[in-house]
Amino acid sequence: MDLVPILARWLHFLAGVMWIGLLYYFNFVQVPALKAAAADNTAAGITKHVAPRALFYFRWASLVTWLAGAALLGNQFVNAFTLSKGMAGIGVGAWLGTIMLLNVWGLIWPNQQKILGMKPATDEEKTRARRIAFLASRTNVMLSIPMLFFMAGGWSHRGTFGL
Amino acid sequence: MKNPLDSLWGTIIAGVILTAILYYIVKNVLN
Repeated sequence: MDLVPILARWLHFLAGVMWIGLLYYFNFVQVPALKAAAADNTAAGITKHVAPRALFYFRWASLVTWLAGAALLGNQFVNAFTLSKGMAGIGVGAWLGTIMLLNVWGLIWPNQQKILGMKPATDEEKTRARRIAFLASRTNVMLSIPMLFFMAGGWSHRGTFGL
Repeated sequence: MKNPLDSLWGTIIAGVILTAILYYIVKNVLN
């Protein structure tokens, strides 16, 4: 019994649930809640106490998910990312997950630091950062839909794709 | 034209359409 793939799959699922769960929390709960909270001046509670904690688990869970996924692919890593025959399904899932990870660390997190006051920014920069972070986050929600389809069925359910 | 990502339903519909397109490509082009 090879323990590495079992532990990698377990960790991939645990961290993935936390990552995508928090992504959906941001988009389905926090964004509309902040809009409502701004109307009665109670947004500070969310931006000061909730958002930084949620972002901490969100960004680190994304990295752990990717690393555990890479470990799970093992010696099929290159075949998946080059979309080799029989690996195109999981490969597309892996590419989508990778783009999402880069979105988290390259767009969402740096812009959220400006929005939440962790990095100095003018009001104009904050307005721009809000739009970029919002669209990057929404892009990840959109990409999560095919990503989960291919992750769930791309490798283990090869019959679905006739691979 | 309004950006579909500005609404949750637009985002979900875009994701489902993208899934169908990628499924077609994986099944018929990459396979």
